[in-house]
Amino acid sequence: MAQDGGETLGGTMRAKDDAGEDIFVEGVEFTVFDEDGNVVGTATTDAEGVWLIDLPGSGVYSVELNTDTLQGFELRNPDNNPLTGVEVQPTTNKNTLFPLGERVIEESNSIRAVQLFVDGIKLGMIIAMCAIGLSLIYGTTGLTNFAHGEMVTFGAMIGFLFHVTWQFDFLGSWMTSLVFAAVVAIIVTGLAGGLFNEFVWKRLRNRGASLISALVVSIGLSIFFRYVFLYQFGGRAGFYRDYRIGENVEFFGIFTMLRKDIFIVVFGAIVLVAVATALRKTRVGKAMRAVADNRDLAESSGIDVEQVIRWVWIIGSALAGLGGVLFGLTENVNWEMGFRLLLLMFAGVTLGGLGTAYGALFGSLIAGVFIQMSTLLPFISSDMKNVGALLALIIILLVRPQGLLGRAERIG
Amino acid sequence: MDWGSIIESLFRGLIGESFIVFALAAIGLNLHFGYTGLLNFGQAVFMAAGAYGLAMMVATIGPAANRNFGWDLSESTLFWAGIFVGVIVFPVIFAFVMGIPTLRLRADYLAIVTIAVAEIFRIVVRSPQPGIKKWTNSSDGLTGFSGTFYDMSPFGTQDRYLFNLFTGNQMFLVIVGWVVLAFAAAVCWLLIRSPWGRVLKAIREDEDAARSLGKNAYSYKMQALILGGIFGAVGGMIRAIGFSVAQPDNFITDVTFFVWVALILGGAGKVLAPIVGASLLYGLLNFSDTFLREGVSADVIPDSIMTGTQVGQVRFMLMGLGLALLAAFRPQGIFGNKEEMALDDR
Repeated sequence: MAQDGGETLGGTMRAKDDAGEDIFVEGVEFTVFDEDGNVVGTATTDAEGVWLIDLPGSGVYSVELNTDTLQGFELRNPDNNPLTGVEVQPTTNKNTLFPLGERVIEESNSIRAVQLFVDGIKLGMIIAMCAIGLSLIYGTTGLTNFAHGEMVTFGAMIGFLFHVTWQFDFLGSWMTSLVFAAVVAIIVTGLAGGLFNEFVWKRLRNRGASLISALVVSIGLSIFFRYVFLYQFGGRAGFYRDYRIGENVEFFGIFTMLRKDIFIVVFGAIVLVAVATALRKTRVGKAMRAVADNRDLAESSGIDVEQVIRWVWIIGSALAGLGGVLFGLTENVNWEMGFRLLLLMFAGVTLGGLGTAYGALFGSLIAGVFIQMSTLLPFISSDMKNVGALLALIIILLVRPQGLLGRAERIG
Repeated sequence: MDWGSIIESLFRGLIGESFIVFALAAIGLNLHFGYTGLLNFGQAVFMAAGAYGLAMMVATIGPAANRNFGWDLSESTLFWAGIFVGVIVFPVIFAFVMGIPTLRLRADYLAIVTIAVAEIFRIVVRSPQPGIKKWTNSSDGLTGFSGTFYDMSPFGTQDRYLFNLFTGNQMFLVIVGWVVLAFAAAVCWLLIRSPWGRVLKAIREDEDAARSLGKNAYSYKMQALILGGIFGAVGGMIRAIGFSVAQPDNFITDVTFFVWVALILGGAGKVLAPIVGASLLYGLLNFSDTFLREGVSADVIPDSIMTGTQVGQVRFMLMGLGLALLAAFRPQGIFGNKEEMALDDR
């Protein structure tokens, strides 16, 4: 082995996420062995997916990738791991390539339909959770809040901070740790939503600002917060990388679900049922629906409208924060995840009827199933699946503009 | 700190290509929002229509037609055909897709659908599926369509013009752009003074009243949507020619928001507002951008506070905050008239 110095082995791990966007995979472990099988060094990919190992000199090496650290991706050529016979010339930086395939595992078509339906319900629940706040805020204040997506991102990032960055382990189990992170995200986003209302929207309402200028303000704030997230978090994709949440559980041999997906569906169902019940049974919930239905009538029958609006902001934002954590679990955490979800929320809310809480729930579930099932059609690839939901939004406006659950009245 | 380059970039922003592109798009948006009260948040898709109409005609559709039908259309023929497709055909199609479902509904439905259409177009265009990629070349975008335009340039490609601000090709593009911009502003001014323009304003002020006087509000709104879209398409086409590439990511939703800032800064509902707004916006953005970049590279701003890549993000933060503050505190902009134009409910 010649002594030249400066030789390195490295590479970049790239993949496509579920929306077809290029992302870098962080946290993949590599080990390099020399010709005799001795370990030369190990490295883990950073936020830009880059890994690099210094070599003692030129020669022939082999590289092994730890497949347990692949964050749910699969190698396109599993036979090429470990990669052997990598020749490194003196004073060069040799790059190796481990191509990653789709994260989705292929199955037969009828089973795939069931699988996609379950995935669709999961996505629909997440959209619903985020969209209830959007719809209630619209119903009570008339504001189309374009900054709602940023509350989703904020929740996901708070959860990420506790669960991944600080590795907060609560009671030792994966589930309790995740619940803890989710609860923290709920509390923080709820508070943020309350403050947001108090310091921005309430003041705008009191100044008598028109709804259109409030809408433009929300767009401006959406851009501002989005780029603050980018500034702080960087352009990378973060993963809730606890390996225990990536284990498969099979149901009746028909469809499989990852542990984290079961967590999403069960936790999501509990929260959604609780919210629906609260809207029906509790005093605040009834007041919210009353204000959303007819603000003047509610006010004249003694409901403190400002108080109700405050609660709508707090609860709506908290739900969005939780939705963010769950959305981050299914895909990844990045700076524009909420903005991407916002259009799907609009689709779901419009589908169900703008301003109604149940409509938002119902429409979002349909939108979620629609998005996932549309990939069964041969001409819709997974990177185009969101197009289907947006097209459905336009068609719904053509045939039934008040939405599926909205009351038929003139809304022009 | 190199103050020379900071001043140069300031002037390039005030009068350069971005200013022209966004001023044209803002003139279109002014017709939509300022005069008719339409909340169009998909102006980027009209700009993309102009860019892709031209690029696809010259680079993919035209050559395919030549091959399949045995035609022999030259590149310059395709270029002029592309201008027609990009400026007229595509914007009309998009305007119908956006307008037919929403123009009878409350204003915010149009806002949602315009964003959705812009996003649909972007996702489809950047799809890597072979059947689509053949026409749009996915996220890499289309090139090789601006040759005819630059061949007409009388300026030497090696020289620099106007106090070293522009290369020969840029100078040609900017001069053509100024002429187009002046023409667009004149058209807009004449239209608004015409009876047609007065109907638009009437619809903005009170749609029901306009309808009760026998005006077909739906049809007028659709005409305004198409016409404003055409101005946006011209802007997008100039952007694509300037970059020599038509790429989906040059027409993301944020582009629309830049147009909105330019319009509201100037004051919606005034003919000159989009031009002054776009000029000021790009002057400010270029100035702050280059200033921060110089600061970072000269180590006046330490890396711990801001790195080179983060400078580009600050521009968006400033824009977002600016849009929010303008809408909250001075919705009528610089020129606007508070009584006539205060981002009112309609």
